[in-house]
Amino acid sequence: MAQYAILIYEAESGYAEGGQEVSQQTMEAHGRFAAQVGERGGKILGGEALEPTSTATTIRGDVVTDGPFTETKEALGGFYLIEARDLDHAIEIARLCPARFGGVEVRPVMDTSGG
Amino acid sequence: MSAAEVGAAVAQAHRQEWAFVLAATARVTRDLDAAEECVQDAYVAALDTWTRQGVPRNPGAWLTTAARHRALDLLRRDRTLRSKLPLLVVPRASPDGPVPGASAGGGRGPVTDGADVIGDDRLRLIFTCCHPALAREAQVALTLRLVCGLSTAEIAQAFVVWEPTMAARVTRAKKKIMAARIAYRVPGAAELPDRLDAVLTVVHLLYTTGHTAPGGPGLVRPDLVDRALSLAHMVRELMPDEREAAGLLALLLITDARRAARTGPDGSLLLLEQQDRSLWDRAAIERGSALVVESLRGGRPGRFALQAAIAAVHGEAPSYTATDWPQLLVLYDRLLRAWPSPVVSLNRAVVVSMVSGPVAALEEIGSLEQDGRLDGYRYLPATKADLLRRLGRDAEALNAYRAALDRTQNAAEREFLARRMAEVSGREETELPGRTG
Repeated sequence: MAQYAILIYEAESGYAEGGQEVSQQTMEAHGRFAAQVGERGGKILGGEALEPTSTATTIRGDVVTDGPFTETKEALGGFYLIEARDLDHAIEIARLCPARFGGVEVRPVMDTSGG
Repeated sequence: MSAAEVGAAVAQAHRQEWAFVLAATARVTRDLDAAEECVQDAYVAALDTWTRQGVPRNPGAWLTTAARHRALDLLRRDRTLRSKLPLLVVPRASPDGPVPGASAGGGRGPVTDGADVIGDDRLRLIFTCCHPALAREAQVALTLRLVCGLSTAEIAQAFVVWEPTMAARVTRAKKKIMAARIAYRVPGAAELPDRLDAVLTVVHLLYTTGHTAPGGPGLVRPDLVDRALSLAHMVRELMPDEREAAGLLALLLITDARRAARTGPDGSLLLLEQQDRSLWDRAAIERGSALVVESLRGGRPGRFALQAAIAAVHGEAPSYTATDWPQLLVLYDRLLRAWPSPVVSLNRAVVVSMVSGPVAALEEIGSLEQDGRLDGYRYLPATKADLLRRLGRDAEALNAYRAALDRTQNAAEREFLARRMAEVSGREETELPGRTG
C-alpha cells in the first residue's frame, strides 16, 4: 500500500453563499465518503477541513503578510491522507471525495523510509 | 553470416520485437530505465553473437532471454536497483481477474510464468504508457520510446520539438509512473473502455502526425505511419474481442491504402477528388472493410469503427462523384452522436455540400466559426475556401485560403494552398461576371 494526499480545492464563495444548508450537506457527504473508502479497500489515515483563506497568513523569508500563499479562485480548503494500492486505486477513491465547488488533486506522499 | 545480413536481422527484430522484449524485461527489473538499458545491451549482443552463430529461429525469444539474464546480473550486483521507486508490477493473479478481450499469449495454452505471457506484458506496457494520469503528449512520447523503441532524438524530430525538451518530457513521465505508482498492468473490466480509448487515441494521433507531417518537406512521415500501423496491429492481435481495436486498425489500413495516390509525381498534394484511384491498395482496403464489418457488429459502434466505415465508403467508391454521399451523411450523423467533436462536424459539412450543395455546407461552417473551438485549425478556413471557390465567390475564397495558409506548416499543404490562391485570384481578374458555381 502507498500513501496519497487528496487535496480539496474549491471556490470558497460556494460555502459563504450556501449557508447552513450547504454546510450540513457537506458534512454528511464527507461522512459517507469515509465509509466508502473502507468499502473500496482503502484507508483514511487522516484529514482536516481548513478555515477559509481570509484567515490565512503567509510567510516568505522574513516577510509576514495577510492572505493565502497565492490568490486563486479555487483554494485549498481541506485534505485527506489515504492509503491505496496504486494510483488507479487512489483515483477511484478520490473520485468519491466531495468537492461540489471545485475538484481534488491526488499527490503521492514521498516515501522517506528507505533512507 | 555477413555483417549486412545480421544488421538487417537485428534491425527487423528491433522493429518487430522491441515491445515484446522490453515488456518482459521490465517485469524482472521493475524499473523502466534499467529495462531499457538491458534491452539495448541485448540488441548489441545480438549483433555480435548472431554474426558468429547465425540468426536464431526465434529472435524475440533470444533477445528476451539475453535481456532478462542481463537484468538478473544487474540485480545481483546492484541491490539499489530494487530500492527506491520500483515499477509497480502487479502479480499475475490480480484481484481484477482476467481482462475480457485480452488474449493470453495468443492461445498458447495455460498461462505460466515466462515467455508465454508476453502478449499480456506488451499490453501492460502500452496501457502504462497511455495512462490518463500522464499528459497526452507524454503518452505519445512514452509509447514511441518504450513500445516502439525509438530514440529520444527520433521522437523529437517527428514532433518538431527540441531534443532536450523531449528528453525532459520522457524523464518526467517515467518519474511520475514510479513516484505516483501507476501500476504496470492491464486495467480491469470497469475501466477498460476508457483506458482502451486512450491507447487507441495515442496510436491514431501517431498515425495522423505521420500521415500529414507537422513540418518539413514531405507530406507523409512513412516511419511514423508504419509505427502506428504496427501498433494498431499489435493492439488488435492482443485484444481480438475489442471492436474499437478492430475499428482503429481498419481505419488506418483503409486510409493508408491511399498513400501512393495522395501526392503527384512532383510531390504535390492531391485531394481525394483528384486522386488516381487505380493507385489505391485494393488488398488493404478489402482487409480494412472486412474489419469494419466486424467492428460494427453487435451493440452500438464506437467512434473508430464509424470513422473506419466512413473511410470504407470512400475506399469502395469508383469515383469521387459516384461516392455514396447520403450513406456517408448517415454515418457522420452517427459518428457525431458517438463523438461530438467539432472536427467531425467540419468533415460532415463537406458531405453536406455533396448532398445539399455548398450553400448549405457554408451555413454549418458559419456555426463552427461561431463555436470557436476550431480557431487555429487549418482545415476550417481551407474547407470554407473550397466551398466558396465552388460557388465562384473567388474574393472571399482568396481570403479564406490566406487564413488557411497562415495556419499551415507542412510544405506540400502550403504549396497546394498557394496554387489554389493563384487559381482563384487569376479567375477573379479574368472571368466575366455572371458565372455560377
